[in-house]
Amino acid sequence: MKNELARVGVDIGGTFTDVALEWKDELFSTKVLTNYTAPEQAIIDGIEQVIKKAGIGLKDIDSIIHGTTLATNSLIERRGAKTAFITTKGFRDVIEMRTENRFELYDLNIVIPPALIPRHSRFVIEERVNAAGEVIQPLNATDVERVVDTILAEGYESIAIGFMHSYLNGEHEIAVRNYIHSKAPNISVSVSSEVSPQIREFQRFNTVCANAYVKPLMSSYLNRLMGRLKAEGAHCPVFMIHSGGGIITVESAAEFPVRLLESGPAGGAIFAAYIAERYGLNRVLSYDMGGTTAKICLIDDRSPKTAKTFEVARTYRFKKGSGMPISIPVIEMIEIGAGGGSIAAIDSMSQIRVGPHSAGSEPGPACYGRGGENPTITDADLVLGRLDPHGFAGGSFILSEQASQNAIQQHVAGKLQVEIDTAAFGICEVVDESMSNAARMHAVENGKELSEYTMIAFGGAAPLHASRLCEKLGINELIIPPGAGVGSAIGFLRAPVAFESVKSAYIKISAFDHGKVNAVIEELVKEAGKHVYEADPQAEITMALTAYIRYVGQGWEIPVELPIKEYALADGTEIKNKFELAYKQFFGRAIDYLDVEIISWSLRASSELPPATRSAFSTDITLAQTTASRRLFDANLGEFVQATVIERTAFAAGSRVSGPAIIVEDETTTIVASSYDAIMQNDGCILVRAKKVSAENTK
Amino acid sequence: MKSTRNAIAEMRLQIMWNRLISVVEEQALTLVRTAFSTSVREAGDLSAGVFNIAGEMVAQAVTGTPGHVNAMGEAVGHFIKEIGEQNIFEHDVYITNDPWKGTGHLHDFTFVSPAFHQGHHVGFFACTAHVVDVGGRGFGPDANEVYEEGIFIPIMKFAERGVVNKDLINIVKNNVRESDQVIGDLYSLAACNEIGERRLSEMLTEFGMTDIENLAQFIFEHSYDATIKRLRELPKGEYTNAMRVDGYDKPVDLVVKLSVEDDSITADFTGTSGPSPLGINVPLIYTTAYAAYGIKCALVPEVPNNAASLRPFKVTAPTDCILNAQRPAAVAVRHVLGHFVPDTVLGAVHKIVPDAIPAEGAGALWNIHLSARPTAQREPDGHALVRAEMLMFNSGGSGARPHLDGLNATAFPSGVHSMSVEATEHVGPVIIWRKELRDNSGGNGKFRGGLGQVVEFAAAPDHEFYFNAMFDRVENPARGRNGGEAGAAGKAYLNDGTVMKTKGRQFVPNGARLTIELPGGGGFGSPDDRDITMLQSDTLNQYTS
Repeated sequence: MKNELARVGVDIGGTFTDVALEWKDELFSTKVLTNYTAPEQAIIDGIEQVIKKAGIGLKDIDSIIHGTTLATNSLIERRGAKTAFITTKGFRDVIEMRTENRFELYDLNIVIPPALIPRHSRFVIEERVNAAGEVIQPLNATDVERVVDTILAEGYESIAIGFMHSYLNGEHEIAVRNYIHSKAPNISVSVSSEVSPQIREFQRFNTVCANAYVKPLMSSYLNRLMGRLKAEGAHCPVFMIHSGGGIITVESAAEFPVRLLESGPAGGAIFAAYIAERYGLNRVLSYDMGGTTAKICLIDDRSPKTAKTFEVARTYRFKKGSGMPISIPVIEMIEIGAGGGSIAAIDSMSQIRVGPHSAGSEPGPACYGRGGENPTITDADLVLGRLDPHGFAGGSFILSEQASQNAIQQHVAGKLQVEIDTAAFGICEVVDESMSNAARMHAVENGKELSEYTMIAFGGAAPLHASRLCEKLGINELIIPPGAGVGSAIGFLRAPVAFESVKSAYIKISAFDHGKVNAVIEELVKEAGKHVYEADPQAEITMALTAYIRYVGQGWEIPVELPIKEYALADGTEIKNKFELAYKQFFGRAIDYLDVEIISWSLRASSELPPATRSAFSTDITLAQTTASRRLFDANLGEFVQATVIERTAFAAGSRVSGPAIIVEDETTTIVASSYDAIMQNDGCILVRAKKVSAENTK
Repeated sequence: MKSTRNAIAEMRLQIMWNRLISVVEEQALTLVRTAFSTSVREAGDLSAGVFNIAGEMVAQAVTGTPGHVNAMGEAVGHFIKEIGEQNIFEHDVYITNDPWKGTGHLHDFTFVSPAFHQGHHVGFFACTAHVVDVGGRGFGPDANEVYEEGIFIPIMKFAERGVVNKDLINIVKNNVRESDQVIGDLYSLAACNEIGERRLSEMLTEFGMTDIENLAQFIFEHSYDATIKRLRELPKGEYTNAMRVDGYDKPVDLVVKLSVEDDSITADFTGTSGPSPLGINVPLIYTTAYAAYGIKCALVPEVPNNAASLRPFKVTAPTDCILNAQRPAAVAVRHVLGHFVPDTVLGAVHKIVPDAIPAEGAGALWNIHLSARPTAQREPDGHALVRAEMLMFNSGGSGARPHLDGLNATAFPSGVHSMSVEATEHVGPVIIWRKELRDNSGGNGKFRGGLGQVVEFAAAPDHEFYFNAMFDRVENPARGRNGGEAGAAGKAYLNDGTVMKTKGRQFVPNGARLTIELPGGGGFGSPDDRDITMLQSDTLNQYTS
């Protein structure tokens, strides 16, 4: 039976707004330029294009699922509300002092990003809760009145409140909010014990400040969007994608806009998870490479890996620590400054360095002929024969190979005294190596072995580099799904209604307090369930509980999945056993004589998704019909080879091309290295498989 | 023009260099993830590296502390000599915490493991980490000889052919506090080398190599050439600087003479004060690390650390000098003076490359070790009485730069992270009532020195605590440069007005509050030249009043 519901996914990105409509099992998609002054306009324009293709009207749309980078951009560009921060006396500078650390040790002129809320907008109130959650200094009412009067008199648009240990006891934060609302009922207030009830004051305070900072902007945008849609005749509900990869209501999103950060990339990970589900793949590495960055995410057992904290707005070569921490549940990804537009240069050791500076879309790579003079990854790809100068972006403009060669000669080949081809090879190898190193490190951090994984690659530049990455990582199978250019928007359509709640609560296993455990679980179940029911009152909810546990004395917790049940006093041992098993998986051996402590808890409530149609990889293989070929540099062989060229649209399901091969389509080009084959699948996915595996399969 | 074949071969060597750095980063990460020691996991006080068969460092992970920069680099040579080449077997692991052969004090353990690939010995992995405790007096400056500072493990085998020396474990277990965590850390150090060895072997297989000697030569050549090229641009000559700091019981003068030659820079510390009877002495290996770090930051920050890139930086000091302490001098808090070595050296570099070097900063971290104890014998209602050992890192202000203000409450030269106050309060019965920037503590100038910070501690009800002070720049604040003013001096006192000593173990009774005010950084350029909008921002934000 065909799905009669017309659902639209909309992803506002930095350059493009992507729209995907699914109706009667057919997919219609488009890309329109993002409109910075009126983002909702681009949405309306894009939706009109896809409904026209499908032949339906705005009123026929059943639901819209929306993700946006607007909140992220507002943090990066520091364009948010005039925000005040109220905190515990003695801790005014927590968000400015950060971790008292320099993220780059050898740079004497390092610039630390300034605090989101400047010092003169940070106010202190006498009060204190201790590490057991007890009030040891009552809230000073005189301070509250004085501070709130000042803030209201000075015309602040939004207020954040963050007190010490409020993740254990938020009563003072709530009391201050109540007082503010008694004086100014309509002002936007965010409190840290609701936005992010997690231990570690810098991360929690920064998160509540970020929430307050983007809240007025996001509320007003969401209001405008709802108004425009209604005015245009669309009466369907609108849902938002959050950073954890689930759907929430517009109302929840407006209350906790910090949860909208990174929702676009989250869509990409859900897209990959959906492909994984369809093929029943339990170990997947998703790889998304666009114009400025590459993102890598581990997807085990068909669900993307999540974390409870991440960093946005990195200011220094994407370096850890150079951005601001946000403690909310998020699909965990590593992002490196390597995209098609990343610029290559030579350093003082005569070594090639690539990125993180990007030529962007203006002026763009040298080959675009729009004034870009620096050699980029795209230029190197062109010189190595990976791109067809006449087939780029559907042939909408012709790439200049001469411009690429000039740029590479001037900035790289000339300085190294090597041929241009060799320099181009070097540029690609350096960037491929840095992406594969990033993937490897990410796997180590999570105790995984990448050679068991299947890669799913999407985004404009990923299919050009994916098979070389697989060679480097020892990965045998790679999938290039169709529609990869609007992967995030399609991903939104596959997202469940879901919400993850997180809370810190210290519990030592040697003094296991089952009452406390049960109380924490009850609270998390209530909160996460509420958000899901609001978005879908009929939802069949499944829940998953994760505890973050470590040995007493360690500083890093590992996630351990636990059953949701009524815990008894004796259950501490069961938790400890589960932890030690997980620990062994990460680090090889458990330490049997040490006590164990639980630091935080997270609970994800999620609606059941309709099961994906399972497919097996096609094995019935005939050789694809094609006669075209062109010169292509094979990185592993280190020389030019003659590669088969085939149009993706002419590549019939069940047929195979043998690497070296080039599969072309409007949005991207897939390179199949000499050591791999490509087999077209029934659902339009391209399976790229190591020849050694194919050989075993046919035995 | 190079032939394509040679050029491609060279590109591959670059890729392998990148991979090798990734291998040691992975090695270091394993240690951070599994360590028990606060200073390793929170502060990155560790080091990891790979060495060729001759014991020369080929690549080192960039971690939180420059104190290990080349200290560990030299250590491996000692190991090869003392273990003996004929006694090196696959799955061996070697250990020491010898301050003079490791990284300067007993709290740092260095582990070296031979790396094998397909049965052949191809090099070594080494790592260093600061452990929770080594017995003795604990982490503080009060000892007169190294014998009082804890257990001393000479270079020996931790494991032979994969079998751990249980006698050694037993001795350590009975000589240190928190022995479970210390032994846990020893195993973590061994595991971290093991990861390195495994990854190296995979890398050799992937690239079809049998050893790393060819790659090492490539790395050494490029690093050395880049370093020397920069040195040759400098005006040759001798440049001096002197800086006075507090020391333990009397001031210490740090004096350096830099001799710039064609292919080397030598830092000679002749003229520096003599050794101290207490534990602030610095073994030369640690002085060398921080001197090289200071010079590298200013001149060749982008060249990775390895035997060749560090070779041009030479350090000498007479044996009767506090920066070249001889055994059995006490060395437990050698980091205090060690952290002043970069500012001392940079003062001389300023005379080589004017307008590139910051003013002096707070320098040494204000580490504070707290031992909290219950005051009552019995438990009052509902409250557990606990004993706890806690280590906190606090940073003062860094010096103003020629074109930028100094960094507020940010460590330099150390790269440590501070710990969350909420997390610290979970570790033991202490309340931190205040931890925020110290107004008016940055030295005025065209560019202002970084602000220090103020921290206030008290024991939880029914508790008291001792603390080990390791503070400096109370008598000798950070000086400004080019007309900039000095930063504020540090202070330590109780709320009843009692002034506390800046070094050594002291008592804080129940109900009292200990306040430490950390020094600010020096200013750069005349205060009269400060931009009006920056002055307004200083006042608006109460950085100055």
